[in-house]
Amino acid sequence: MKNKNRLVFALILILVLGAVYLSIYGLEMDQYKISPYRDEIKLGLDLSGGVYVVLEAVTDATGQELDEKMAQTRAIIAQRVDGLGVSEPNITIENRDRIRVELAGLSNPQEAIDLIGKTAMLQFIEPDGTVILTGQNVRDSVVTYNERNEIGVSLEFDNIGATAFSEATGRLLNEPMEQDRIIRIVLDDEVISSPFVSAHIRDGRSFISGGFTIDSASNLANLIKAGALPVEMREVEISAIGPSLGLESLDRSIFAAMIGLILIFAFMLIFYRLPGLVANVALTLYILIVLGIVIGLNANLTLPGIAGLILSVGMAVDANVVIFERIKEEMQVGKTIRTSVDSGFKRAMSTIVDANVTTLIAGVVLFYFGTGPIRGFAVTLLIGLLTSLFTALVITRLLLKLVVKMDLTRSKKMYGVKEVAR
Amino acid sequence: MKLQVIKKSKLFLIISLVVILIGLVMIPIRGLNVGIDFSGGTLLQIELNERIEVSEIREITDSFDPSASIVHAGLNQTQVIIKTTLDMESPERYEVFSQFKERYQLTEEAFLHQQKFEPSIGQEIQNRALISVLIAAIGILIYITLRFEWQFGLSAVAALLHDVLIGIAVYSILRIPINSSFIAAMLTIVGYSINDTIVVFDRIRENMKSMHKVPFEEIIDTSISQTIVRSINTSMTTLFAITALYVFGVEAIREFALPLIVGILAGTYSSIFIASPIWYRLKIRKSRINYYNPNKASK
Repeated sequence: MKNKNRLVFALILILVLGAVYLSIYGLEMDQYKISPYRDEIKLGLDLSGGVYVVLEAVTDATGQELDEKMAQTRAIIAQRVDGLGVSEPNITIENRDRIRVELAGLSNPQEAIDLIGKTAMLQFIEPDGTVILTGQNVRDSVVTYNERNEIGVSLEFDNIGATAFSEATGRLLNEPMEQDRIIRIVLDDEVISSPFVSAHIRDGRSFISGGFTIDSASNLANLIKAGALPVEMREVEISAIGPSLGLESLDRSIFAAMIGLILIFAFMLIFYRLPGLVANVALTLYILIVLGIVIGLNANLTLPGIAGLILSVGMAVDANVVIFERIKEEMQVGKTIRTSVDSGFKRAMSTIVDANVTTLIAGVVLFYFGTGPIRGFAVTLLIGLLTSLFTALVITRLLLKLVVKMDLTRSKKMYGVKEVAR
Repeated sequence: MKLQVIKKSKLFLIISLVVILIGLVMIPIRGLNVGIDFSGGTLLQIELNERIEVSEIREITDSFDPSASIVHAGLNQTQVIIKTTLDMESPERYEVFSQFKERYQLTEEAFLHQQKFEPSIGQEIQNRALISVLIAAIGILIYITLRFEWQFGLSAVAALLHDVLIGIAVYSILRIPINSSFIAAMLTIVGYSINDTIVVFDRIRENMKSMHKVPFEEIIDTSISQTIVRSINTSMTTLFAITALYVFGVEAIREFALPLIVGILAGTYSSIFIASPIWYRLKIRKSRINYYNPNKASK
C-alpha cells in the first residue's frame, strides 16, 4: 500500500513537471504539435503593441436614428482599417454614441491614428483641381442598374452637394474636349473613379456607369460611402503603444511573476513543509489551468489581466493556508495526522466557500460595470477564483491524503506543527 | 498566545479614523493629485537610448507646457514619460516627438507610447467605480446577512469601506496621482479584504456555538488569535507576488501594484483590528455575554 501510494505520488509529480515543460517549451513530433503557452495566448494591445481610439459622435440624434448612424460609422471605419492589414481589428460601439477601435500588432501606429481620425477624405474634383463637394455631402451610394440595364453606382447628395453638383455638371457639359468633362472622385489622394459628365444633374442624384462588374461596382459604392461618416466623430481617447514597449511589458511581467512565484513556493515549503510541497504542486497546476482557460476562452491577456492572475495566485494560496492552519490546530489538540487532515478539510470548507463567494460577488460586479482594463482584470480574477476553489478543494485534498497514506513520516513537525498539546 | 484586540480596539479605530481624516481633510485643502486619465491630457513615452537629464528634456517640453511632468522609465531609465494636462491632437503630439527625434537621432520606433484622454471619460470611470463599490457592498451585505447575521454583514462592509478610504487617504497624503489603475485596485481590494474579514467572522461564528455564556470580548480575542497566522501568511504570500510586480514591472503595472500593496495592508489590518471591534460594538448593545445556544431549535 505504502509503496503503491509513493509510486502514484511520484507519477503525479512527473506528470505535473512534464506539463510545465510542455507549457514553456512546447513539443513537435511528426504530425503532433503542442505550442508553448506563450505562442497561444492572445495578447492585449498593451502587451502586443497597438492602437486604440475612442471616438464620440457629435450629434443631436438619439434613439434608433443614432443607432443606425453609429452602425454605419462602424462599418465605414472597419473598411478604412481593413487596408492596414491588422489581423483582427476590434471595432465596437460603446455607450451608444462612442466607437472604440482596437488594432493590435501594428508596426506604425501613427499611420493608423491618422487614418481613423480623418473625418472627410472623399472629394469630387474638377479637371482644373476645384473641389466640387466632399464626402460630407454624399448621402448615399448604392449599386443599381440604370434604364439601359447597365450596372453602376448611384449617388445621392445632400442639398448643398446637389446645388454644387448641378452647377458643376451644367458647366462641364459644355466643355468641348472630352478630358475636360471628367470629374475625379478622390479618396485619400487616390483616384477611385473618374466618370465623364454626360448630363446636367440637377436633383442631386447621379449615376456612374461603364464597364462595371457587380464586384467592382459594389466596391466603388462602398469606398464612396466610406469617405463620408454619417456623423462627425470626435477623438476622446487614444493610446498607441509601440511593439517594443509591449514586448518589454510582457517580458518584465513574466520575470516579476516568476520571482513572486518562487518567493511564494519557498515560503510555503519552509512554513508548511510537506503540505507546503503539496500546495506548490497544486499551485503549479492552478497556474497551468488558469492560463489554459485564458487560451481556451480566447480572452486577451492584458497588463491588468496579469496583475489579476498574480493576485489570484495569492488567493489560491490562501485557500491552502486556511486548510493547513486548520489541520495544524487539529494536530495540536492531539489528533492523529490522518484524522487531522480529514477534519481540517471539513472545517475549512465553509470558511473557504463563504470567503470566495463574497470575492466572487465583487468580481462579477467589476466585470459587469467595468470597461476596458478593469474588465480584463475582472475576467482573470474570476477565472482564477473558480479555479483556485477547484485546486484547493480537490487537488490539494487528493494529494494531501495521498501523502498521508505514503506514510513518509509520523512527525507532525513535517506538517508545520511546532508544539503538540499533551 | 492570546491577543487582546477588543481591549485596545478604541485605539485601533482611532488610528484608522485619524489617517482617514487627515487624508480627507487634505483633499479640499491641497486638492487630489489626479492622473491625466481623469483630468484629461496627453502622455508621450519616448525611448532615448541613453539616460537624459530632466533639465535637458525640459528644454523641449517647456515650449508647449512648462508644468509637464517628466519621469524616467525602462530598465536602464533610458525612456522618458512626459505627461501634460494639455489636450494635444495627433499632429501636435507627433511634432513634439519630431523634436526629440531630431535632437537625439531617433527612429520612428522610439515613439513607444502616446495617449490622450478627455476629462469626460475620467468622470465616467469615477462614477462607474463608485456605483461598482456600492453595488458590490450591497451584494456582500446581503450574502453575509443570509449566511451569518446582519451585524456581521454591516461590520464587514464597514471594514471594506475603511480599506477604500485608507487607500484614498494614503494617496491624498502622499500626493500620488489617482488614475484608473488606482480605481481598479481599490475595487480589487473590496474583494480581497472581504475575504480576510470573512475568515475571522467564520471563526467567531463557529466559536459562538461552543463558547456558550462566555463574554463576546473573549470569543473575539480567541477567534482572532486562532486565525491570525493565516491572516498574516496569506497577506505575506500575496504581498510577495504584488511587490515583485512593483519592483520589476513596467510603469503601467507599477501604478497598479502600488495601490494593491496599500490596500492589502489596510485590508489585513481592518480584518483583524477594525471589523471585529465594530461587530463587538453592534453585538453588546443587547448583552455582553454570548447566550447563543446551538442546541435550541431557533436562534
